[in-house]
Amino acid sequence: MSHDVNPLVILVASILTNNILLVYFLGMCSFVAVSKKIETAAGLGAAVIFVLTATTPINWLLNHYFLEDNALAWLVGPHLASKVHLGIFALVFFIAVIAGFVQIVELVVERFSPALYYALGIFLPLITVNCAILGGSLFMVEWKFNFMQSIAYGFGAGAGWALAILVMAGLRKRMRISLVPRGLEGMGITMIVTGVMAMAFMAFNGIVPV
Amino acid sequence: MMLSVYLVGVGSFMGLILLLTGLILVANKYLADYGECKIRINDAEPLVVEGGSSLLQSLYNNKIFIPSACGGQATCGECRVRVLQGGGEILPTETPFFTRAEVRAGMRLACQVKVRSDVAIEIPEEYLSVQQFQTEVISARKLTYDMAEVRFKLIDPDTIEARPGQYIQIKVPDEESPDGFVFRAYSISSKPSETHEVEVVVRQIPGGKGSTYVHHMKVADKVEITGPYGKFKLNEDPECHLLLVGGGAGMAPMKNLIHHCMETTPQRPVELYFGARSTEDIFYLEEFEALAKEHANFKVVYALSDLKEDSKWKGPTGFIHLHVDKLYHPPEKRQVFLCGPPPMINAVITVLEAKGLAEDEIFYDKF
Ligand SMILES: Cc1cc2nc3c(=O)[nH]c(=O)nc-3n(C[C@H](O)[C@H](O)[C@H](O)COP(=O)(O)OP(=O)(O)OC[C@H]3O[C@@H](n4cnc5c(N)ncnc54)[C@H](O)[C@@H]3O)c2cc1C
Ligand code: FES
Repeated sequence: MSHDVNPLVILVASILTNNILLVYFLGMCSFVAVSKKIETAAGLGAAVIFVLTATTPINWLLNHYFLEDNALAWLVGPHLASKVHLGIFALVFFIAVIAGFVQIVELVVERFSPALYYALGIFLPLITVNCAILGGSLFMVEWKFNFMQSIAYGFGAGAGWALAILVMAGLRKRMRISLVPRGLEGMGITMIVTGVMAMAFMAFNGIVPV
Repeated sequence: MMLSVYLVGVGSFMGLILLLTGLILVANKYLADYGECKIRINDAEPLVVEGGSSLLQSLYNNKIFIPSACGGQATCGECRVRVLQGGGEILPTETPFFTRAEVRAGMRLACQVKVRSDVAIEIPEEYLSVQQFQTEVISARKLTYDMAEVRFKLIDPDTIEARPGQYIQIKVPDEESPDGFVFRAYSISSKPSETHEVEVVVRQIPGGKGSTYVHHMKVADKVEITGPYGKFKLNEDPECHLLLVGGGAGMAPMKNLIHHCMETTPQRPVELYFGARSTEDIFYLEEFEALAKEHANFKVVYALSDLKEDSKWKGPTGFIHLHVDKLYHPPEKRQVFLCGPPPMINAVITVLEAKGLAEDEIFYDKF
């Protein structure tokens, strides 16, 4: 994606044409594990949307004011800033923010839906290491988005991931009554179906100019 | 120059972490604080508790002792209560313990319900009579390499009214648990008529919290127990035949039942089948054989399943359910109590069902 597109276009693109799961295949682990039931898939989808929407812009701010080349000019003056490159810390900073927000999501889910909290189990704290989340922040840097674009992208990538897992959960519900060859049951057929879904999503190519 | 990169880097990272920690602490304060909640039990005056802990724990703090044989891990299913109001939705950890009708009626596991708002519950009246006892160890001895027999003298209160076959729970200090202790269930092996003492027979589970605690008890140790618990009701009809089948730690309730029957209804027919692996696992055999000499109506069969070749054992061998199959002929009036490891219990149940006993005639404790 180029950096001069309208945030709304980015929003649509990140959900459909550049779906973080179906095009970049990020966040597969919890996608496969939690897509057995629609309710839990929806819960995890919502949690991922929240974490991505919150962390992508925050990481944008961190990147813009601390990590980029010359980013520290506001703090230490242009001369010193041109010599200090904090870019090497990007991964650590991003992950710290993500981990913090996942903690908060955990508190919220435990408070308001204990049933979902137990159903998600280990996959809730594991959002921290969901590559879709870190991917969101890294793509945002890679594609040189501005602040508004990063909000749109964060939300769009999360919504795209949630859409994918929901569709998958719906399909798997139907699949329970279909005859799957023994060796492909569970994981195998899920991967194949994901591939087919990814191809289906290619049909969206061209609806937004990116 | 390199140094300033590190300093600025580490400094800003520290700042970020502090900021995030602050954020989480604030969120925690608002999200994990439930304030005071009321618990209404069987239409009595509500208790006021600090919200946020499990229902089991909140009731314990108010001296209401719900059976919790697994100590709140949702594996025993003993802590069933009916939640009429509050308590939220049933959790996936609980559903295996209930039928659909029970779920609709509001049955829950008290250890899984978190008190977050005012709740109203219904519990059997008899739970309200469960007491907490301060006790002192008056004897502790090893029965085999992995079985210990420990006897407690009740101090405050000093009397327990237990039915035959019931169990108590021992409070086990545990640094890992958030409350500092866990409870473990142990069947009472002493006679119900010994109302000032309680004896347990415990098998050492490698690394087990409760069993290790009991195995390290010494005379004069102070121990806290709660009880009595257990749904088993002995049929006291002196003509009713009593079949007892056990293995391992399952001996404890058998000993209790046998002594109780010999004391109250000495003519009652009682058969004990006890399965062990090898001669090293045998205990109480001499005591029971002496009893069988006195009482013609008491029969005892010990069978060893894992006999070493050089052993001097002359008695029956093989799995215990095979001996039950061969020797037990169900009379008209009968009662059955099984206690031991799950595979043994399942095998015995299969044998008994083939002999025409109905499922509800067979009472068992698996552990
Ligand atoms: C109604 C009732 C009555 C009971 N009566 C007696 C009794 O009279 N005597 C007695 O000794 N026990 C009895 N038990 C079992 C007892 O309550 C404990 O479960 C047992 O002592 C293990 O607890 P622990 O704290 O030592 O082990 P834990 O710390 O709970 O467990 C340690 C590890 O051992 C494993 N483990 C637990 N139980 C077993 C087992 N039986 N075999 C192999 N591995 C195991 C656990 O999975 C865990 O990994 C009874 C249980 C119930 C429900
Ligand atoms: S299920 Fe064992 S205490 Fe609740």
